[in-house]
Amino acid sequence: MITGIRTVADARKQAMHDPRIQACWLEVDCGFQPVADVFEECVSEALNAFSSTQMHDYLEAARFLGKLGRGPEPMLAFLEEWPSVVASIGGCEILPQVMAFVKVLQRSPNSKAIAPMLQTLAAVSRRLQSPGQLQFYLDIAQDLMTRTSGSIHGHHTTFPSPGLMDFFAQAPFLTRLLSMAGLKNWVDYGIRNYANHPERQVDYFKLQSADSRAVLQRERHGTLFADVERKLDLYLRALWRDSDLLVPYSTAFDELRQPVPYYDKLGLRVPDVFDDSNGVSGLDRYRAVLAHMIGHRRWSKPLIADNWSPFQRMAVEFFEDCRIDTLLIRAYPGLQRIFLALHPRPVETDCDPQTTSCLRHRLAMLSRALIDPEHGYTNPDLLEFVRRYRDLLAESEANTAAIAELALAYVARTRRQSDQFAKVHFKDTVIGYRDDNRQMWQFIEEGDEEEAFDEKRRLEPADSAPGLPPRHYPEWDYNSQTYRPDWVSVYESLHPSGAAADIDSLLAKHSALAKRLKRLFDLLKPQDKVRLRHQEDGSELDLDIAIRSLIDLRCGITPDPRINMSHRTDGRDIAVMLLLDLSESLNQKVAGSSQTILQLSQEAVSLLSWAVDRLGDPLAVAGFRSNTRHDVRYQHIKGYSEPWGDAVKARLAALDAGYSTRIGAAVRHAAHYLENQKADKKLMLVLTDGEPADVDAHDPRTLIEDARQAVKELDAKGIYSHCISLDPHADDYVTQIFGKRFTVIDNVQRLPERLPQLFLALTK
Amino acid sequence: MTVKEQYLVRNAPFYQAQGKEVELFEAAYAARLPVMVKGPTGCGKSRFVEYMAWKLGKPLVTVACNEDMTASDLVGRYLLEANGTRWLDGPLTTAARIGAICYLDEIVEARQDTTVVIHPLTDHRRTLPIDKKGELIEAHRDFQLVISYNPGYQSLMKDLKQSTKQRFTAFDFDYPEATLETQIVARETGIDPETAAKLVTIGQTGRNLKGHGLDEGISTRLLVYAATLIKGGVEPRDACRIAMVRPITDDADIRATLDHAIDLTFG
Ligand SMILES: Nc1ncnc2c1ncn2[C@@H]1O[C@H](COP(=O)(O)OP(=O)(O)OP(=O)(O)O)[C@@H](O)[C@H]1O
Ligand SMILES: [Mg+2]
Repeated sequence: MITGIRTVADARKQAMHDPRIQACWLEVDCGFQPVADVFEECVSEALNAFSSTQMHDYLEAARFLGKLGRGPEPMLAFLEEWPSVVASIGGCEILPQVMAFVKVLQRSPNSKAIAPMLQTLAAVSRRLQSPGQLQFYLDIAQDLMTRTSGSIHGHHTTFPSPGLMDFFAQAPFLTRLLSMAGLKNWVDYGIRNYANHPERQVDYFKLQSADSRAVLQRERHGTLFADVERKLDLYLRALWRDSDLLVPYSTAFDELRQPVPYYDKLGLRVPDVFDDSNGVSGLDRYRAVLAHMIGHRRWSKPLIADNWSPFQRMAVEFFEDCRIDTLLIRAYPGLQRIFLALHPRPVETDCDPQTTSCLRHRLAMLSRALIDPEHGYTNPDLLEFVRRYRDLLAESEANTAAIAELALAYVARTRRQSDQFAKVHFKDTVIGYRDDNRQMWQFIEEGDEEEAFDEKRRLEPADSAPGLPPRHYPEWDYNSQTYRPDWVSVYESLHPSGAAADIDSLLAKHSALAKRLKRLFDLLKPQDKVRLRHQEDGSELDLDIAIRSLIDLRCGITPDPRINMSHRTDGRDIAVMLLLDLSESLNQKVAGSSQTILQLSQEAVSLLSWAVDRLGDPLAVAGFRSNTRHDVRYQHIKGYSEPWGDAVKARLAALDAGYSTRIGAAVRHAAHYLENQKADKKLMLVLTDGEPADVDAHDPRTLIEDARQAVKELDAKGIYSHCISLDPHADDYVTQIFGKRFTVIDNVQRLPERLPQLFLALTK
Repeated sequence: MTVKEQYLVRNAPFYQAQGKEVELFEAAYAARLPVMVKGPTGCGKSRFVEYMAWKLGKPLVTVACNEDMTASDLVGRYLLEANGTRWLDGPLTTAARIGAICYLDEIVEARQDTTVVIHPLTDHRRTLPIDKKGELIEAHRDFQLVISYNPGYQSLMKDLKQSTKQRFTAFDFDYPEATLETQIVARETGIDPETAAKLVTIGQTGRNLKGHGLDEGISTRLLVYAATLIKGGVEPRDACRIAMVRPITDDADIRATLDHAIDLTFG
């Protein structure tokens, strides 16, 4: 039935190049030749990205999938897709749920759908971006499966779901257009109408029937988070000088209690879709939510919750939210219109205190009144507290403690017996752009849980004995403003080699980009002789102009004296040093991509080296990493005199990363090579993804200050330095080190394209 | 009118000091030390030099440098005339003769060989050799050389040689902090301080994106443009869009973000 399986025994014995991969291969115990063919590639990618427990779970899951009796496809799909799923949603914790779903499918008549489910999982994850969202997706799929697997005659479920396979096939497309709530509605419609019409159900989930597309259009509304993510990122930076990870959540399932935005140490959490509301666009609603959370981060201080009643806490939150909004409006008055449009306007007589708990209602009115001068309410208590609030904030930002006092006074003043009633008035009391205020409270009893640290994968220490004797360099001690002489030992070696062909195929993969670059670089290529016209002094007479001048002279007009021309060899006399940070952090996956920073750097450096080689500028490439001041490694990848050939490509192909980043020493060592180049201009490019760090440097400023000093030394030597940082939060320390000479590449996936462009811009 | 009078700055230019730069410049001038003013585009470098010339009561010769500029453009050249040739001093020579402050604006734009002619003027010699005439000019005792330089270009081709840099005292300029910049925009254009403050807020949102999609922030000059338009009756949001956002970027997401900042700021 399944093609491609050769003799079982053979594949199991397949020999892998790398002993670590061989061990993995034994662990998955797999007889499928097609899996064996791609195993090395998949697993080496995973080895770079996963910790050892994660690796173990990955292999264990793969092994399980290989033994389902469904051929190699499920296992293949999983091995290939899982690493990029993890990269997209930022973690492995969802694996048990995915496998649980696989088991459910396996036990049902739908086991054929396992492979399609796994095959599209990565594409779906790229769109969903968080484990919670992926869980929703799995739930929707499982719901579809349960409700469409055939039990027409009321007994055993024996018929597979007609639409499930197509659903998985369409899932990447659907998730691109719909929020999770939209997807759920779309699926629901299909189930409700075609549960008993297998053929029409297939058409529906294939998106072939008219109503299927119509429902899709109907559900496709609002502004999807994934479509405005960059705008929101720019918004945070430009208007609030802030930046953080934005993590979407779904509004699909909690119909009763809608999830509310919040933030924690992992990022700012926002819904996956926002409809326009009361004249405010979805995009502006996202911005309003972010502004409010940023306001809390800026101006709120947590309070100890233990001694306060729930009512008191609720009141404090309402008051503090208003204070935040008021301060935000002070910064940008236009926010007032947006906040007011999104803020409910409770009707004063809506809540009956005889039968209902009205505290929420009172607070929501007060909240309206605190930010809306035209609130129109008449309750004297409300008016008094509006005045007190205005006084408190008139001259200052006030603070959380002061506002809490005011809130408590308000609760005390307006307390009613009925506040205790079970029936609570909710209508018009939910303010959608405000977060859930979980950051406002500290609970003493609970105690801080220990952080569960993900065990870090470390390279085995001292992979090879250093070859040459070390060179010693000083390091700058900012405390005493002096150098510590011979403080750092730099060991120099040739970077190990891999297969040069890998780099050729990387270049082939980027052939379109390479073509574009070639055109750009060719423009810069020195034309041997350039004719300079309109010269006063020159090597030859420029006849046309000379005659014109002569005519002018004869006519008594002042002639142009610039009648000569000369030639100049258009020299681009630039020597370049590219210094690569090869520290451990490069092994991290880039969000939204299955590649690590290291792989992207490798592609970028290959393209750049190739292009610079065409241009003819002398180029050297070296990598560095450190493991305390006693062991800084400096690895040659390309020397100035070496051509861009197989030897260099082979070294690039074997690029790997580990240990820490002691930039200063590496820069000094590289400078010593660049200095000896006989070029007019000398450029040192430093590519790094994080701030300088090393295990023996406990004060993070030491290495930053030292690097800054090293850059100053470059300046004095006439070397122009420029840093390319892949850390979006780098501005602070990179400015300290490189001054204005740096570029942050926020979107690391574009590094292969950006690095050569940057080089061009720098040397044009 | 003598040549010297022709170059005098007659009306007091408005210049808002950001720190001690005025006193420091006076000290540098007293010692006739060459000065380099560094800073991003449109932050007030040229205005500062103009102001100092006025304050010191010295003539100011300004040269906007460009890629095609040659040494002759600075020093001077022979002109052919119907009845022979005539020597014409270049601006640098004029300045050296009459004792002016010579301001070479955007010196990095000029070709490298051009910058070398200023070297003898910047050290103790204070002389300018004119090869073509075989003349060696001693600079007038009031002469001073000032150059401007924008380090934000991020190109090593537009970087000054060490040997040039190390002949100058340097003044670092940057966009002024918010209250100062508000005053500058208000004074310069006569716009009300509230509106000026709003323009400054918007300007700063743009500067926050420097390095994240923008190469340079929104300059004080552009704020002044926007204020001028508003003063002339243009609707503030439109003025901001055409004077502060459209000139600096074509990136749609950045435009949308800055446009939003404009809407929020003008409420
Ligand atoms: N400190 C200041 N005092 C008064 N006006 C200022 C000041 N700073 C900036 N300006 C205003 O900004 C405008 C631009 O300044 P200026 O032309 O001096 O910039 P620049 O730094 O020389 O720019 P570029 O490098 O592009 O030549 C001035 O015309 C003036 O309106
Ligand atoms: Mg200027």
